[in-house]
Amino acid sequence: MMPSVLIDGLSWVLLIAGGFFCVVGAVGMLRMPDVFTRMHASSVTETLGAGLILIGLMLQAGLSLVTVKLLILGVLIFIAGPTATYAIAHVAMLRGLKPVLQHDRSQDRSV
Amino acid sequence: MSMFVAATLALLMTLVLMIIRLILGPTVFDRLQTANSIGTVSMLLLAVVGFVRGRPEFLDLALVYGLLNIIGTIAVLKFFKYSDLGDDGKRTPPTTRSSS
Repeated sequence: MMPSVLIDGLSWVLLIAGGFFCVVGAVGMLRMPDVFTRMHASSVTETLGAGLILIGLMLQAGLSLVTVKLLILGVLIFIAGPTATYAIAHVAMLRGLKPVLQHDRSQDRSV
Repeated sequence: MSMFVAATLALLMTLVLMIIRLILGPTVFDRLQTANSIGTVSMLLLAVVGFVRGRPEFLDLALVYGLLNIIGTIAVLKFFKYSDLGDDGKRTPPTTRSSS
């Protein structure tokens, strides 16, 4: 069994890193130019930030029902987030939104 | 204890930034994407606040938030795709202002 100081330190690192990546994703959502690039930024929050924070909480909870609930929460976030993002991208393309940063690939070869 | 407070502050800062994008967002899809992310962050916030208060029962609320979040997002998107929530999805979507 690991000493509790080690678990606390690891939990500190994971929680701080998770919070950092959440803020990074939010800053990206604020500064990216259009919907499709903002999806890329929000996926940072939804995968890396959420995953690190949940693992940090699991280390603090130990082996109990709370850990199982945190695991279910993580699975829910990891399945529902990309599904919703895919659906948003699909409907946005269907509604005629064009990515701002797209460029004509056929003209790259002549350079 | 204080590590949970630090994570809570980071998540609150994330929420503030996302709410700014929610207000600014030029199209409805920006707002939907941001609302979905706010749902995810509020799930995390509920979990962390449960640990701060020493009451992990908040995790049940976080689970319900997550389920409502995905269902709400998909419902609004279905409305925007078919202009009808009761559509069975078999007919082709109505023509849009797509230029192609």
